[in-house]
Amino acid sequence: MGHHVSPIRQQWVTNTDYYAQITEDISRPIEAKPNLRWIAAFALSFLVLMLFVGAVTWTIWEGIGTWGLNKTVGWAFDITNFVFWVGIGHAGTLISAVLLLFRQAWRNSINRATEAMTIFAVICAGMFPIIHMGRPWLGLWFLPLPNTRGSLWVNFNSPLLWDVFAISTYFSVSLVFWYLGMMPDFGSIRDRMKRQGMKIGSKIFALLAMGWDGSNRTWSRYELVSLVLAALATPLVLSVHSIVSMDFATSVIPGWHTTIFPPYFVAGAIFSGFGMVQTLLIVQRYVYKHENYITLDHMESIAKIVIATGSLVGLAYMTEFFIAWYSGSIWERYIFINRAFGPYWWAYWIMFSCNVITPQIFWFKKIRRNMVITFIISIFINIGMWFERFVIIVTSLHRDFLPSSWAMYTPSWVEASILAGSFGLFFTFYFLFAKFLPTINMFEVKTLLHHPKQPKHTFEVGEAN
Amino acid sequence: MKTYLLGKFWHPDHVYDALAKMREIGVKARDVFSPFPMHEIEPLLDIKRTRLTITAFIYGALGTLTAVTMISVIYGLIWPMNIGGKPTLPIPDYVPITFELTVLFAAHGTVLTFLIVSSYWPGKKAILMDDRQTDDVFVIAIDKDAMPAGSEADATRIMNEAGAYVVTEKQV
Repeated sequence: MGHHVSPIRQQWVTNTDYYAQITEDISRPIEAKPNLRWIAAFALSFLVLMLFVGAVTWTIWEGIGTWGLNKTVGWAFDITNFVFWVGIGHAGTLISAVLLLFRQAWRNSINRATEAMTIFAVICAGMFPIIHMGRPWLGLWFLPLPNTRGSLWVNFNSPLLWDVFAISTYFSVSLVFWYLGMMPDFGSIRDRMKRQGMKIGSKIFALLAMGWDGSNRTWSRYELVSLVLAALATPLVLSVHSIVSMDFATSVIPGWHTTIFPPYFVAGAIFSGFGMVQTLLIVQRYVYKHENYITLDHMESIAKIVIATGSLVGLAYMTEFFIAWYSGSIWERYIFINRAFGPYWWAYWIMFSCNVITPQIFWFKKIRRNMVITFIISIFINIGMWFERFVIIVTSLHRDFLPSSWAMYTPSWVEASILAGSFGLFFTFYFLFAKFLPTINMFEVKTLLHHPKQPKHTFEVGEAN
Repeated sequence: MKTYLLGKFWHPDHVYDALAKMREIGVKARDVFSPFPMHEIEPLLDIKRTRLTITAFIYGALGTLTAVTMISVIYGLIWPMNIGGKPTLPIPDYVPITFELTVLFAAHGTVLTFLIVSSYWPGKKAILMDDRQTDDVFVIAIDKDAMPAGSEADATRIMNEAGAYVVTEKQV
């Protein structure tokens, strides 16, 4: 008899014939006991996290004086780290929201891990404004709450306050988007664990799945809610880094006071986020043997986005220079010449070579499909994008309008430990995620399977058709 | 308690065929349980487009209103701040926070409404027709009370012909 046949799309899942195999491949690491490799990696991250906790405790105990800041350079590592981590946190929502709206099927197997990356990166980012207040217990003063301090209210003109709203909205919406995406998978794991007699695990996932049953009446609503969230998250992701850039752009400091900042920062954020996506996914597909789900085609698509955004960032660097010259403002001209040829020239050229030159080799298809080289480039991108923020912040501040107040900035061991420790915070969360939650969106990957084969268990109960 | 006639399939396309054939003899399925969404069968189940987009708009509007009211009252009435002689009710400065609160309200409101209308909550016990329906089995569930008289044998035959590996019953 004539069957209804679903339209054929590009093959994004390879060497997989059964739906249950997808469930099996993704759920196995969750059901298995943690292996030595995971324990070692987790222990190392946790140790580095303790460095973070120690350095932050010392900062709060002793005061911001433990940092290398001075009157001229009042913002340095803390805000650099903040912008760096927020930037990393942009790729996940871009993949899950923007690529969903553009109907890019390749997002299906990488959205889960990148959303997780987003959430943990935003947690890291959120730490820094709180730490650099020096008195984090007064963090509530950020919020427009009725109070007995006068009553004193927040300054709605300040981009720093806009940032509070932007980052907290972004974090909570990303978290909900991530959780909602996992609900069906929690249901799958719950039932799979139950079949295998894993009672405790099944109960935990039953709690998380909220009674998910895969009803198509629910699926219909679920899909629409995902679409609504994607439509909301798309402008949100652009707004967050635009607002972060306004922290600088609404000031009068040469080097910061530029109208190009919002789009330039957004491009940079997506660029750095995708750099980190490459780093993490290459490790994931290798360790979990997910090569059938995160194929070379996926990695190639990511590399293409890296070329595009990297070139945009390069264009922004050059536009800044051109406008500094074209503006006729001597302050503006000086700050940009000082950036590239002043005492921090090395930071500028690390930034420029890592962000503009290195990604250009992705124009070659062979490089895009070579995971060792891609991994190395992705590390360069991570380093380069950290230096971008350092360059923007420190080189603009250290030589201001008054030569008598010029100063140099050198980080203290406390700041260096907080930076290193923030990676511990990130990877502690990430390793927990990689062990205990489904790292690939199972139900969305199942929709990409073209010709499923009849599973064995159906032969036992009924006649094969 | 209701009794459901269940057709269990391993291929999603077979579900489509069975549903379409059964509608010809007046048998409408109550629901289809599947490991992933099947857009093509929605009209066969008479699933109407959800009104969650309307609620999303309402929540968003509520967010906009909250932000504008909050800033105007605090900044315009309670605590007008003179910063460099700039106006105390700066409309352009409203934009970022207003936008963020609009998104915040719309996103969380929509998700909460979704969970409520689908009656999902943490710890709710899932009622499953088959314990593999979240893995690799597609189940057509037909409410036996709502079937036209004498259509059960035909429905069973259609589902078997379409590719069901088993047709069974379950009380839920």
